[in-house]
Amino acid sequence: MSRAIYDLIGLSAGVCFILALKGLSHPRTARRGNLIGALGATIATVVVFFYASESSSLPLNNLGWILGAMVVGLLIGVPAARKVQMTQMPQLVALFNGVGGGAAALVAIVEYLKLGDGAAVAKVVATVFTVIVGCVSFSGSIITFMKLQELMTTRPVVFPGGRFVIAGTLIAVLASGGWVISALGTTPLLVLAGLSLLFGVLFVLPVGGADVPIVISLLNAFTGLTVAASGYVLDSTLLIIAGTLVGASGTILTRLMAEAMGRSLFGTLFGAFTAKPQDVATGGETRPVRSGSPDDVAILLNYARRVVIVPGFGLAVAQAQHTVRELADLLSAKGIDVAYGIHPVAGRMPGHMNVLLAEANVPYEQLAEMDEVNPTFPQTDVALIIGANDVVNPAAKNTPGCPIYGMPILDVSLAGNVIFLKRSMRPGFAGIENELLFDPKTTLLFGDAKASLTKVVGALKTL
Amino acid sequence: MEPMAIVAIFVLAVFVGFEVVSKVSSTLHTPLMSGANAIHGVILVGAIIVADHSNTNLELGLSVAAIVLATINMVGGFVVTDRMLEMFKGKGKERAKDSK
Repeated sequence: MSRAIYDLIGLSAGVCFILALKGLSHPRTARRGNLIGALGATIATVVVFFYASESSSLPLNNLGWILGAMVVGLLIGVPAARKVQMTQMPQLVALFNGVGGGAAALVAIVEYLKLGDGAAVAKVVATVFTVIVGCVSFSGSIITFMKLQELMTTRPVVFPGGRFVIAGTLIAVLASGGWVISALGTTPLLVLAGLSLLFGVLFVLPVGGADVPIVISLLNAFTGLTVAASGYVLDSTLLIIAGTLVGASGTILTRLMAEAMGRSLFGTLFGAFTAKPQDVATGGETRPVRSGSPDDVAILLNYARRVVIVPGFGLAVAQAQHTVRELADLLSAKGIDVAYGIHPVAGRMPGHMNVLLAEANVPYEQLAEMDEVNPTFPQTDVALIIGANDVVNPAAKNTPGCPIYGMPILDVSLAGNVIFLKRSMRPGFAGIENELLFDPKTTLLFGDAKASLTKVVGALKTL
Repeated sequence: MEPMAIVAIFVLAVFVGFEVVSKVSSTLHTPLMSGANAIHGVILVGAIIVADHSNTNLELGLSVAAIVLATINMVGGFVVTDRMLEMFKGKGKERAKDSK
């Protein structure tokens, strides 16, 4: 195959990626967009087996190894993607992004080992860039994965002098990058990779749990840029196009996500350093709360005229989406006006709740976005909060300096009654105490969301 | 390749990337991120190229690891995005209306 044909086919794959991103930005075309992207990736992968550059011949060297490694990747990736629970989707995306960054870093390291003394400086710089950013993306994504999987604390991790340690590490990374460029050698490269991995960890540790999706999106954009840099080093137009597209769209997406949460990107990344530590709840709260039985909850709901259901991560964990729909149908049948108040970042990712409720065939007209539903709370008799906490926490409005301060929330406190279905008094993902739990008009029903809802549905039927 | 051509491709791709996602409803943020994530799995192509060029065991070992990781990223990414979007199936019309 000639270089021209190879490049043209590569370009068609690049066009597929543009169409894929375009399709994914519109609800109607999203699924088709994703399939077009997969088509582009397939074209790009197949064609590389049929093109021999000047220095090699067909079939490719190490063909057995290449195909074997792809089979191993398929055997790991496909089952992971197919079996994952809806609730664990965000951390899987983080993990996939991390391994992509790791792959880019490894490609750059191999390419570096092959660079001779006569290598162009620009290529060495691009290689160093890929190693740094690829390693940061890899280790940073692993930390976000651990936070989302709750293998480690979801609160911001801040230690004394943290910002100086981070700044120092960044300087060390850049210095070792310069060292690699000036003295081509394996040792400097290993130092660089190690420091970059460390920086990735330090960079993500101070980010609070609720902001993790923004960081995943940012690291996703980073990985895109490393792919573009690899494309330059490997002389592949396709990789430059694909990587740059992801880098650019990922940057915009990161900004959009930060805006949806009412946060600045800077505040997300470095907010933990400026917040006062005492604003973070210490747990062990002993103030009285009013907890009710499923019957109490059923009675409150039965005599309401308007009920707004606010779903959160607890609903996803309990897989209670079908039960909540049953409850809503029951209430609607009694002539009660039911709506779902969907916070843009309820759950662990933007749109998480929409996906979950769509799975349970909740009528789309009942799903109200935050801006639509907020003005209706004063006319709402009952706000039923199922496994959500941070997205209704008034601290976001009246506690300056707390990690979620400034995030728009659902104003459930304006409703006549507030019912929380919660597993325990544990604070939400952001680790902040919720004053609303102690409000006199709040009723708490403890337990697994699905079990609680089933009991409430049972109680409603007997009324 | 000509350095200028590379810069031109890069700059144009940046603008296309900005343009295609500039207006997207928050409902689609997660699938879009996941889809973009799968697209950068195309680094698999780079991993295959360096595996082809590998001469030493070290180089080959690193390339093979890169291929495994990149394949997971690419294939897993597209499959998981499709699963997310599957949930929206049959409700496309109402959703399109809502997001304008």
